[in-house]
Amino acid sequence: MANVKSMNRFDLTKRLVALLKHDEAVIGGIGNANFDLWAAGRRPQNFYMLGSMGLAIPIAFGVALAQPHRHVVALEGDGSLLMQLGSLSTIAMQRPKNLTIVIWDNGIYQITGSQPTSTASTADLVAIAQGSGLANSAWAADEDDFERRVAEALKGGPTLIAARIDDKPAVATTDRDPVQIRERFMRGLGVRDDPN
Amino acid sequence: MNDTETAVQTWHQVVRDTLKSNDVKLVVYVPDRVLTPLIEAIHADPFFTTFPCTREEEAIGIVTGAWMGGMKSAVLMQTSGFATLPNVLASLVVPCQIPALIFVSERGTLGEFNIGQALVCRTMRPVLDALAMEHHTITRQDELAFILDRSIKQAVATQAPVTFILSPLLTGGKAFGG
Repeated sequence: MANVKSMNRFDLTKRLVALLKHDEAVIGGIGNANFDLWAAGRRPQNFYMLGSMGLAIPIAFGVALAQPHRHVVALEGDGSLLMQLGSLSTIAMQRPKNLTIVIWDNGIYQITGSQPTSTASTADLVAIAQGSGLANSAWAADEDDFERRVAEALKGGPTLIAARIDDKPAVATTDRDPVQIRERFMRGLGVRDDPN
Repeated sequence: MNDTETAVQTWHQVVRDTLKSNDVKLVVYVPDRVLTPLIEAIHADPFFTTFPCTREEEAIGIVTGAWMGGMKSAVLMQTSGFATLPNVLASLVVPCQIPALIFVSERGTLGEFNIGQALVCRTMRPVLDALAMEHHTITRQDELAFILDRSIKQAVATQAPVTFILSPLLTGGKAFGG
């Protein structure tokens, strides 16, 4: 891995959300990825995963296929991505222009007791992404570089941005009501009308 | 198309046409020998967006996202692939009320030669029943279009997934030793 700064997931999540100006959809992966997205401010275009570890990226890809004119961002942890590495090669083959993948890599399965993932010692997720065919994959060197890369990614992808982050837990916990989360998200995407 | 051609329409043509008439535009799959003619028919029709996935879980994730984005979609797999799905069905598709259309080419019965496939097959219906998921085992071509068309409409109307188990009686299955 390149020599990159260890950053904070909540801080970076806020920075990312602040760059969203066109009702971009954001899929928050299981655990801390979606908790910090929730804490960064409610948006009707956010989908918070409550289970199905590893599926943030495939879900985001599905949204991107259905709504090619809306940019979609997946926020996923290192442990989750390691569960579903094949999804990177699927996306590389299909080359969706409106998809950005952000990986929060703290080198641990944080929510289960901070056991080390393979990225703590040997695996390099950017190298894996590049090897999967996602040529536009890179580590964010610091906060400014992260913001610059996100802004660039939102212009067209697919892009993968990986950020080395610290071991701080998420600052809040998402309300766990899957039907409400899904329904609000579909209204946020203009698929459903708000009955109120 | 004349009557003779209608009479000889294959099971995979019926599936393709019923998906199309129900505006199911996205079909993702993990390859399977028995499903090959259906996969080829869908690839050959520009109405569909279709591609292979690396795992059935991944395909379910894509279908979930597509539905939330306003696109109906289906997943094709074989029995052993279905056996990898209980976690994502129970933690995503069912609680989020996603009308995923799941087609399973049934292996493990009616002449199975691989004991592993036979055992995996026995896990499928108990999983579906445990989650109270609608499922139909389709054995007859004269019932195929009716079951598919009605069930797709029901899945969408009731916001619930449905699984179509395509029996070897319908598809021919995989021949012994094949």
